[in-house]
Amino acid sequence: MPFASVADFLAMGGHAPYVWSAWGVTLFFLLASVWHARLERRQLIKGLKRRERREQAHRAPHQDNAAGGGGHHDA
Amino acid sequence: MWAFIHKLGSPKWFYTISAKLQPWFWAAAAALIVTGTVWGLAFAPADYQQGNSFRIIYIHVPAAFLAQSAFVSMAAAGLVFMVWKIKVADMAATVIAPFGAAMTFVALFSGAVWGVPTWGTWWMWDARLTSMLILLFLYLGVIALRGAFSSRDSGARAASVLAMVGVINIPVIKYSVDWWYTLHQPATFSVTSSPAMPMSMWLPLLIMVLGFYSFFTALTLMRTRSEILRRESRKRWVRELVRETR
Repeated sequence: MPFASVADFLAMGGHAPYVWSAWGVTLFFLLASVWHARLERRQLIKGLKRRERREQAHRAPHQDNAAGGGGHHDA
Repeated sequence: MWAFIHKLGSPKWFYTISAKLQPWFWAAAAALIVTGTVWGLAFAPADYQQGNSFRIIYIHVPAAFLAQSAFVSMAAAGLVFMVWKIKVADMAATVIAPFGAAMTFVALFSGAVWGVPTWGTWWMWDARLTSMLILLFLYLGVIALRGAFSSRDSGARAASVLAMVGVINIPVIKYSVDWWYTLHQPATFSVTSSPAMPMSMWLPLLIMVLGFYSFFTALTLMRTRSEILRRESRKRWVRELVRETR
């Protein structure tokens, strides 16, 4: 093993700023990609569900009004 | 064969099959990248000339490989879309572009940082560096061009054409280190000869390369699936699927 201690490992033989910035930026982009893809999927499904509910309310406005006490709903 | 291509081109079929493939690619990506990271950072020997700055290779080379492979896959998807009008191919091309651009940036950034202790400069108009910068601009161009049209189909066709033309840059990147030998070192891996470094150095690199490719595959599958839901949201099967999803 090339490193004697944790401090030795972190120091990277004096190359710490180069090694850690390059690795940091890379891992940031990988993790951000996963985070973005998950968020994208969740928000998309949420949005489609909302649209589905809104359109269903539109398709049956009378039933909806009756259920809601006859008031006017603006979707 | 034709039936297979058309099946593959069906968004619903792709959505179903990719759901089964996706977890395997994520698992492989996580296992390989974690192994490669620990091995490359802590256990691989330091280079006798470059010392520990050499460890940047374990991200620089995989990112540079992906940057180019992603561009080729994007161009190939563009070709499939143009020739056979397969929509899923265009959806894949759409989601590949930003990740490819990110990997090109990562390759350029890690290379620049690595250049400071190794070459004494973070940038030079070396052929390899310049052609990689052109690759980044090509990616940004493809993304911008797609967004510049009010009709999705026109944007998709324009982006496909630019990707197919821009693919000329890929062999230029590959052979730049042989044609103009200025600053960047030649290839680490080659099909015809064994690597010039010991196995304790190249094995973690190979693991990282495979990990990055798995990651790219998993991410592309996942985001293409989202793109399918977005573009096919009026289809009955998507509406049923959305209703069933929590």
